[in-house]
Amino acid sequence: MKIVLMGQPNSGKSTIFNHVAGYKAVTSNFPGKTVEYTSSKVNLFGETFEIVDLPGTYSLTSFDLAELEARKYLLRNSVDIVINVIDASLLSRSLELTLQLLELKLPMIICLNMIDEAERKGIKIDIGKLSKILGVPVMPTIAVKGNGVKELFSIAYKMGEKKKIGKTINFSKDVEDVVTQLSTQIKKKHVEQEFNVPERFLALKYLENDSYFMENYKKKSNDLFKEIVHFQNTLKETHGRQSDVVISSERHHLSMNIYESVVLLTKPHTSLIDYLDNILMHPFLGYISLGLIFYLFFNLVFSVGKMVEEPLLDYFYRIIPLIGRSIDSETLLFSIISGIIQGLAGGIAIVLPYLFPFLFGLAILEDLGYLPRIAFLLDAFLHKIGLHGKSIIPFILGYGCTVPAIMATRILESGRDRFIASVLATMIPCAARMTIIFALVAFYISPQAALAIYILNIIVIIISGKILSRLLPEVTPGMILEIPAYHIPSIKVALAKTWLRMKEFIFIAWPLLIVGSTILSLLQYYKADMLINNFFSPLTSLLGLPLVVGTTLIFGILRKELSMLMLIQAIGTTNVIAVMSATQIMTFTIFVIFYVPCVATIAVLWKEIGSKRTLFTIAFTSILAIILATITRFVY
Amino acid sequence: MTITLDSIGENKKVKVVSISGGWGIRQRLGCLGIHPEDMITVKKSAIMRGPILISVHGNQVALGRGVARKVVVEAE
Repeated sequence: MKIVLMGQPNSGKSTIFNHVAGYKAVTSNFPGKTVEYTSSKVNLFGETFEIVDLPGTYSLTSFDLAELEARKYLLRNSVDIVINVIDASLLSRSLELTLQLLELKLPMIICLNMIDEAERKGIKIDIGKLSKILGVPVMPTIAVKGNGVKELFSIAYKMGEKKKIGKTINFSKDVEDVVTQLSTQIKKKHVEQEFNVPERFLALKYLENDSYFMENYKKKSNDLFKEIVHFQNTLKETHGRQSDVVISSERHHLSMNIYESVVLLTKPHTSLIDYLDNILMHPFLGYISLGLIFYLFFNLVFSVGKMVEEPLLDYFYRIIPLIGRSIDSETLLFSIISGIIQGLAGGIAIVLPYLFPFLFGLAILEDLGYLPRIAFLLDAFLHKIGLHGKSIIPFILGYGCTVPAIMATRILESGRDRFIASVLATMIPCAARMTIIFALVAFYISPQAALAIYILNIIVIIISGKILSRLLPEVTPGMILEIPAYHIPSIKVALAKTWLRMKEFIFIAWPLLIVGSTILSLLQYYKADMLINNFFSPLTSLLGLPLVVGTTLIFGILRKELSMLMLIQAIGTTNVIAVMSATQIMTFTIFVIFYVPCVATIAVLWKEIGSKRTLFTIAFTSILAIILATITRFVY
Repeated sequence: MTITLDSIGENKKVKVVSISGGWGIRQRLGCLGIHPEDMITVKKSAIMRGPILISVHGNQVALGRGVARKVVVEAE
């Protein structure tokens, strides 16, 4: 049985999903697009279920790519039952999505989540009455604590078997008349069968001027199109507004009416959390707290990382000479084995200690609800580089890994914004590059030098942003962003999210790391690395770096972590400062941070912004890296 | 003379009259609960002509200045 979770953003959908599926979840893309959904096979009540968590959507229009894909998924994929997750403290707005889901006539139940929050705000909901009006079961839950989740799925299972569909709730008479007339026309021409939707749903979408359905129709010259326009005009004349406004107003009124008939408002309990925003979003204190939070965050990541990295790295590098005692170090076998071990060392001891605390900390901030507040505080500044507040989210993700950062640019509405944000996100030092900065510069030169690199990086990004916005002078649409209530994050959910994001690194990066490492080992064994180094010698001599660094730069394209690892292997010792001067270390680091994105990033860029723009990004970053590194060589 | 949302001071309550924009902006504002006839309270204004924080139907939404300029309102 396939159960699908649908709900607005911040409704706690993913918390419920993680409660039942969590560690076993798999993220997938919608076919052909990089909008993701998570799914998992779970055993409950002795049966196997497939549970799918679709992206949070406010409605089911085609305006937003995520919404469109979620809707297409529902219509195409033999869904047995939909669980509509609602934030009980935002019932009136949430009902607008609920009404649209009811229009789809799929079996459905409602999960009224965060009822403790609602009660705290003084909102008391008559669940029985709500259930009667909508014609579907309504189950209260507090997902963060796990309350009611089992009962929720138990009812979902029963309703899925019965294929229980909710009621069709009509709009006001005159509007409903027009809708019915158009539905009849649609049914006559069998159009609804093509899309596999109920005819009333299709009629509403046409009256709402939904671009997906309208585009698909313009191709056929059928008089249905004329009918659609006719009915749109009818509504426009009788109500004095565009037909899409009429329909959305109707839905809005309907939601409000239902809300008012089931809700009793009592006195809210205020707690300290309600006053938190007076500090965190204050015109002055807000920025100070932001700086403080960032400082603490990065400090935490660095200290935890360092604590774990040193002993682990030690351990690995002691193994190699041990093996050297049983296998002759001149043999091919030894080369291969040491290659594999170095690859493992890289993954486990160098990147993981930093990646894990970063992703975990980010998941906590995310679940807390702090990220949109960062967007609010930084919006005005981001305007200076031609973007708006929401772009900060991809940028923050970029400090962890560039791949989800590029995917997060989906939340920006214009293609131009998505392009600029993607290019800039590529330049942000991800966890892999972060380990290079810390392990090389902070360790061998000074922490201040490492900080200087981060600051330089931000300055370069700002300047690049300004240049790109000048070249693409479209006006960016303004920011419209929901600022959710603060929620106490659940450690279990944060861990599940962290694990999900780390899985990608572990299952894709580690094999690449090991293979890459082994290949480099082999190259050294067969002395072929000299060929590559010679090929790159113009570059390495321009940058004043040792010749052997050539191969390192190639492997850095495969996966950025490899740069550091390969460097150590190439120069033959972990004590880098013995072979390279401080200037060389700086030059190397700066070059590696800015040049060509890793292969995984290139793949995502290709899908998200297209081949031409990806090639531009590669060229842009490489040239930038060369210029900056050369300047470093002579200036530092 | 039309009054738009970006000119409203902190802690003031206004009613939405109309949204002067295309289908896209109407949809996006509508999704977050901002329709004609709705009551909005302005909570905060960010510095440097940054976004405006409003409260509508118990929920908080941040709107960029340009967007706020498209929301025509009348005082309560």
